[in-house]
Order: sequence, then C-alpha cells, then structure tokens
Amino acid sequence: MTEPARTIVNVPAQAKRGEVIEIRAVVQHAMESGYRRTELGELIPRDIVRIFRCTYNNVEVFRAEFHPAMAANPLVSFTTRATESGTLVFEWRGDHGFSAQASASIRVS
Amino acid sequence: MKTHINQKRRSMLLGAASLSLLHRLPAQATPLDAATAMRAISGTTRTQAGRVRLDIPPLVENGNLVVMRVSVQSPMTESDYVKAVHVIAEANPLPNVFSAYLGPRAGRAEMTFRARLATTQRVWALAQMSDGSVWTGYADVLVTLAACTESP
Amino acid sequence: MLRFSLQLVGVAALSVFSVCVQADIPLADRRSGEHFMRAETRAMQNDPTANPATFALLEGEALWQKKIGSADKSCFACHGQAEKNMRGVAARFPTLSQGRLMNLEQRIQACRVEQQRASPWPYEHRELLALATYVGTQSKGLPITPSNVEGMQAHRDAGRALFQQRLGQLNLSCAQCHDARWGAQLSGNPIPQAHPTAYPLYRLEWQAVGSLQRRLRNCMTGVRAEPFAFGEPGLVQLESFLMWRARGMPIETPGLRP
Ligand code: HEC
Ligand code: HEC
Repeated sequence: MTEPARTIVNVPAQAKRGEVIEIRAVVQHAMESGYRRTELGELIPRDIVRIFRCTYNNVEVFRAEFHPAMAANPLVSFTTRATESGTLVFEWRGDHGFSAQASASIRVS
Repeated sequence: MKTHINQKRRSMLLGAASLSLLHRLPAQATPLDAATAMRAISGTTRTQAGRVRLDIPPLVENGNLVVMRVSVQSPMTESDYVKAVHVIAEANPLPNVFSAYLGPRAGRAEMTFRARLATTQRVWALAQMSDGSVWTGYADVLVTLAACTESP
Repeated sequence: MLRFSLQLVGVAALSVFSVCVQADIPLADRRSGEHFMRAETRAMQNDPTANPATFALLEGEALWQKKIGSADKSCFACHGQAEKNMRGVAARFPTLSQGRLMNLEQRIQACRVEQQRASPWPYEHRELLALATYVGTQSKGLPITPSNVEGMQAHRDAGRALFQQRLGQLNLSCAQCHDARWGAQLSGNPIPQAHPTAYPLYRLEWQAVGSLQRRLRNCMTGVRAEPFAFGEPGLVQLESFLMWRARGMPIETPGLRP
C-alpha cells in the first residue's frame, strides 16, 4: 500500500572514459533513531535504512551501512571511475522491509 | 499576567537550564565505547594516525543534520586502495555512524554523508587499506542547540 | 526550551529599555532568515539535490495530479498547471476568502473539503505540507505582495499587537527579540528577523517540513507561553502581520532552517 520512497540521484549524464565522477544519492526516510520519544514520553521504535548499494552495469562500486546516527533523508556522495556507457543502479534496504531503488544512465566517450 | 522575572528567579532558571540540557540527551556513549567500537573494526591491527581527513564544520547549528566529509590519501590502484571507511562518534548514544566499502574503481577515496551528533564531541574516521593497515583521523565539533523548540 | 534562559542574563538588559514599543526594522535593513544561517546550511537550502524539503516538493507535485474525494477531482482538474496558475499565489496569503481569514494551508484544506469532498487533514499533515510547499514554490523569487482586500488591515493590526505583546514566563514580546535584538546571539544561535519568506520549510530541529504556524508556536513555547492552537485566528493574524512586515522580500520556499 505504501508508496515507493522518493529518491534523488545525481549522476553526470556524460563523462570521459577514465574520469572520476561524483555521485550523490538521497532517499526519503525519517531514520527514526530509536532514541526519540513521543509527547507522551513513549520511546519511538527504531526504524532506519540499513544498507545502501550502488552498482555500475551490475558490478558493485560502492556500499554503505547506515546506523541510527545517520540523519533523516540519508545522503551519501562518493566517486567512481567512468568506465563504459551504461546504467548505475542505487538500492536502499532497511527495517520493516523498507526498500527503494533508483537508476541513472551515463554516456562514456 | 505580566510577571517580571526577578534576578533570583533568573539564576534558578539558569540552574534548571543546565539540568534540562542533560535531561534531553539520550544515554551517551563514552570515549571508551568509541574505543571499543574502533577495536571491533581494527581487530588486532594497530591503528595509525594519519592519511585520513575528516571534515566537519567546527560549529554546527543543529546536531540533527551534520555534513561530514571523509577523504583518505591513497593512490586507489588495484594494488593499493582503501577497502573501507568507518565513522565513530564518541558521545552519541551509539558510537557507530557510517561505514562504506569501496575499491580501486572509486578513483578517489572521498565521500560525504549527513549524520546526527547528540552533543559537542570528537568524531573519528578510520580507513582500512588493501594492505590491512588501519589509519585514523578525527574532528572536534561544537554542536549548538536550537533556541525555540517544541517541548518545554 | 529552558535553553532560552541560559542566555537570559544576557538578554536581561533588554527589559530595561523594552518598555517602549520597538520601531519597525527599516525596509532596507531587512534580511531573510537565510542571512543568519551558516554558509553550509544556506548552500544546502539552495541546492535542490541536498535540501530535504525537495521531497515535500516532489510529493506535492504528485498530489496535485491525484484525483481524490467523492468529487474524484485533482487540484489540476480545477486549477490546471500550477507553474502558471499558482504563480504568485503564496506571495499574497493570508487573505480573506468570503469573509474568512485564511492562510495558504487553510485555503488548500478548504479546497480538499469543499471542492474535492474529502475528509480534512489534521494540522501539519505531510500531504498538506507537501501541497503547500508545491504551491509555495511556484512563487519562489517573487516579492511578497500582501493582500489588500477589504478587511485585511484590521487583521494585520491585530497581528502587530500580538507581535508587540509580552508573552509567557519570560515576559518577552516577539518584537523584543526580532525587531530590537536581531543579530544578537541566543544560546549560540543568532536571532533572525522572523521573516516568513521560506515556509513551509524543512527545519533541522524538526527533522521534517513544517508550517509557519509550527514555527510561531515554537517561539511561544520558547518564552514559556502556552502556544496558540494550530489554526487559531490569532496565529493567522500574526502570519498576516509578518507577511506585511516582509512585503517586497522574495519568497524562498522550499526553505531550510536550523
Ligand atoms: C527570546 C527571543 C525570541 C522571542 C521572544 C521570539 N523569538 Fe522567534 N526566534 C528566536 C530565535 C533565536 C529564532 C531562530 C531559530 C531558533 O534557534 O529557535 C527565532 C525564529 C523565528 C522565526 C523563523 C524565521 C525564519 O527565518 O524562518 C519566526 C517566524 C519567529 N521566530 C517569530 C516569532 C514570533 C511571532 C514571536 C512572538 C510570538 C517570536 N518569534 C518570539 C527568538 C525569539
Ligand atoms: C472543484 C474545483 C477545485 C478543486 C478540485 C480544487 N480547487 Fe482550489 N480553488 C477552487 C476555487 C473555486 C477557488 C477559489 C475560491 C475563492 O476564491 O473563494 C480555489 C482556490 C484555491 C487557491 C487560492 C487561489 C488564489 O488565487 O487565491 C489555492 C491555493 C487552491 N485553490 C489550491 C488547491 C489545491 C492544492 C487543490 C488540491 C488539493 C485544490 N485547490 C483543489 C476550486 C478547486
């Protein structure tokens, strides 16, 4: 029932072969830390994104583990070498079956 | 209705203020917990200071969103690269913040992410190299708290 | 909130001269809250791929097209392209509609209930804020042009009176901080001028997008006053006065604040 989580990914549309490109990926998620309380004083249970992964033409190029200390709407930016034209796929997984995906294509010349 | 706060009341408030600050923070990790978390990463390898740079603004306006950037000196070649980066906060309820796994294809060992800091503290970044060595860097951060918030 | 009192010793001097009514900030000296933020926070606001409020904007854009309610109509069905038909709208709210004073969220809520025939959202509902962010962003960069419909002046005057009235256990008026003391530090935070230019906005303290009313209520809690309830006419009057006070300043929605 829940709508797919929104994501923002930023990948250059084109690059020179061998160029190191910067990538940014953000996913909409409250990253409930498990340390916050409701107004009535009850602890709000932990509910976070745990894993982020980026593959480039199906090869993993970057992976991260998030802990409750990652800010809401977790953002990561990292670099990778532009090797060939193709697709970068971004994937997030978290508590309670949370999962989100995004992709971007790149033209390498 | 328009009660004026007299001087005595003000100093009371001042005392209460520091109390409430402590009250607001969840159970904190200690530098010891952080050391344990770092040992869990480095295992039996002795960590060495250097090669890792952690950039955090020295003063942040709100600990709920703190931009952190890690860069590690490494040629990032097939034979000499950064395998993993870990970030540990000394005074957060849990010391672990973020871990990243990369390889020579990254081209550079640089990354940015946004974290939470419960309070003013030292934050560590560890880099595990392809040769098994572990290098560390840190940043000291002053966290100010918002003045007007929801709850009294 | 008690953190307020930490600096009270410093702010105390205030009460000595604050008996008289504060003069308005000269028009040329007005600065958006953006001006008081650290450079990194400002950069984050102005980069849509880094500003977390972008998610509210995207959600609002999707909701604009969504058919709901027993009328089974989308906002788009009646209003068409938001880029065209909502341009400048947020810059003149609050306004009077059939004699009712309404801020932007209340206007949207009225359309949901009366036009779409759907059940009302609770205050600060994510979807309501998302639509207000989407409509607000259509005025980004446009100057605030307060509504001049008949009867608005009385509401602005009431808002001004509230702005100048001492409140709460700390016995401070909005004006004492925001007209007389802007730029000074309070618990390490600069006091801004309180311009409503960027709402709804993502506040780091909230870790969410919230309305101007939520922000105003925080300042009331800050002086240890019982905050006005969401939707209370006094809050909308305060909003009306703040918009007038910020007339001509550009809309920044979707904003970001600490
Ligand atoms: C004791 C000083 C103080 C008083 C009194 C006070 N505020 Fe504030 N206000 C602040 C501070 C400080 C901030 C900046 C954010 C923070 O750290 O809470 C702020 C922020 C704001 C903002 C956000 C501006 C932006 O850029 O988004 C608005 C609007 C505002 N106040 C309105 C009011 C109103 C209306 C009142 C009276 C009901 C009021 N304030 C009373 C100190 C005060
Ligand atoms: C069935 C038609 C209909 C639908 C559906 C509808 N509206 Fe409206 N809307 C109106 C009418 C009619 C007015 C003018 C009311 C008035 O002036 O009293 C209006 C006014 C507005 C205004 C104020 C415009 C101005 O220039 O002052 C806004 C903002 C608005 N609507 C937003 C929305 C949003 C957001 C939605 C979807 C959640 C929506 N409306 C759905 C008919 C509709």
